[in-house]
Amino acid sequence: MTDSDHKPIIRLRNITKNYGNIRALQNVDLDIYMSQVLAVVGDNGAGKSTLIKVLSGAIKPSQGEIEVAGKVYTGLNPALAISLGISTVYQDLALVDTRDVAANLFLGRELVKFGWWLDKKLMLEKSKQLLRNLNVNIVDPQRMVSQLSGGQRQGIAVARAVNQGGKVIIFDEPTAAMGVNESRQILNLIKDLAEQGYAVIVVSHNLHHVLEISQRICVMKQGRLVANLETAQSSPSEIAHYITGVNNLEDDQEIAQ
Amino acid sequence: MIHRLWTKTQDYASQVLLGLILVAAIIYLSMVSEHFLTWFNIRNILDQSTLLVIMGVGMTFVICTAGIDLSVGAVVALSGICMATAMHSGLAVGPAILLGLLAGTIIGLLNGLIISAFNINPFIVTLGTMSVTRGIALIMTGGIPIYGFSTAFTWWGSGHIGPINPPMLLALGIALAGAVVLNYTKLGSYALALGGNEEALHRSGVATKKNKVIIYGICGFTAALAGLVVTARLNTAEPLAGYMFELDAIAAVVLGGTDMKGGRGSISGTVIACLLLGVLRNGLTIMSIPSYYQQLAIGLIILIAVIISELRFRNTLNRLQEAN
Repeated sequence: MTDSDHKPIIRLRNITKNYGNIRALQNVDLDIYMSQVLAVVGDNGAGKSTLIKVLSGAIKPSQGEIEVAGKVYTGLNPALAISLGISTVYQDLALVDTRDVAANLFLGRELVKFGWWLDKKLMLEKSKQLLRNLNVNIVDPQRMVSQLSGGQRQGIAVARAVNQGGKVIIFDEPTAAMGVNESRQILNLIKDLAEQGYAVIVVSHNLHHVLEISQRICVMKQGRLVANLETAQSSPSEIAHYITGVNNLEDDQEIAQ
Repeated sequence: MIHRLWTKTQDYASQVLLGLILVAAIIYLSMVSEHFLTWFNIRNILDQSTLLVIMGVGMTFVICTAGIDLSVGAVVALSGICMATAMHSGLAVGPAILLGLLAGTIIGLLNGLIISAFNINPFIVTLGTMSVTRGIALIMTGGIPIYGFSTAFTWWGSGHIGPINPPMLLALGIALAGAVVLNYTKLGSYALALGGNEEALHRSGVATKKNKVIIYGICGFTAALAGLVVTARLNTAEPLAGYMFELDAIAAVVLGGTDMKGGRGSISGTVIACLLLGVLRNGLTIMSIPSYYQQLAIGLIILIAVIISELRFRNTLNRLQEAN
């Protein structure tokens, strides 16, 4: 293990977000490490999305600090987050349906020559390469995104996040709208990314998926981080206990016996 | 290869369709009238189309972002009046023209600023600035036209450059520049993405508001350029010049296949549509159809064209959804 594996790439300190009287996040502390999949689970309204929005720069926290690679910020915006190496695969994928695959992959970081002329040929080549590397099955990067299947669209959203060149990739409910095969593909992709050294954060409702791919699981409840567990040493019922607040541990022991 | 060719053809289907209609109209009119296919008449059509092309290029950008600019007609008037007032108070032709272009660009930038800063519907914002701009034009002139300029100025409307004239050259230049910017620059790419999915563009780290302001600025600039042509051509700056021009420009852009819902559009489509409208107006006149009926016919043609384009688009979508 190298030193960088021990040091977190992102540290959230005392993050609080208020919407009027509603406390969406309360004093959340969280460390995020490279080469790991961190899963964030919790019931609806537990604060998962708000936490992700703080990290992706969609919202600024009311209080607290975000430390990225040693630098401290009181809040991010999308451009800053991307430049700090934090990319997000949104649940709605945030693709421009009326544009082709290559234009979406390079959205916001278009390649130019002479300082202004879009280098479409180079972007097409790089798109093909990128999609091949990630095993995304798209024959022609000149196709309109609106013409692609759900799995292919997600593949593009992931490829774009990778193409933004960061080290941290956030997945917001990556398997929510996917069929069995497509879920399998995306789960394998997430595992691959962590093996390649990325820090991956996955927000999910699906405990089975989370248990399979993550190294750590954070449980959120009513805006608080109520548990930070090693996946290898936790069970579905223990996690469910933290999510619901209902004690199922005895059942778990019965099952174990 | 064939597949790619097919998708390419589909991408350009509205332009191809429109081009075919244009060719058909030209063939028909040249058979009906011997006066149609003469250089004198063609030059006349091109000259009449220049204003619409110049304004249409800026309007194409705005409509690509799913926006609209109703203030262009008023900007045509105000920019002309700024040039006229400046020249009559002793400013040289060059700086006076620049001043007028600047005034139009500023109105455009203001449109963009208000739309993006307060997140208000472009229709309402530009409806407001249309009235404000027209009001300023009337106040500046007291409602009285300003006329009589030097030939260095009127050259921009009625000069000669070989067989063509300066407005044609301006229109050609603006159309080429517009096509390059829309297809081969980040700004053009962002114009289309703004109309396709503004939120996605924002989340990709792009300054969406800045780009929107620039795009409305471009529309203001092209309207001001049209103001130069109108004022120079008539040798008069009228506060009521360019009345309802915005509707002609919008009609030409939509006829050219640019989607009012944003996200897709082309300069070539707009140019072909402007030429088609010019040919039709000219043809109807040559066929001695009274102008009241011309108005009616042009309106019907625009309606039919837009309905066809919408149906075609929906068919494509349905087919794709079935394929998936």
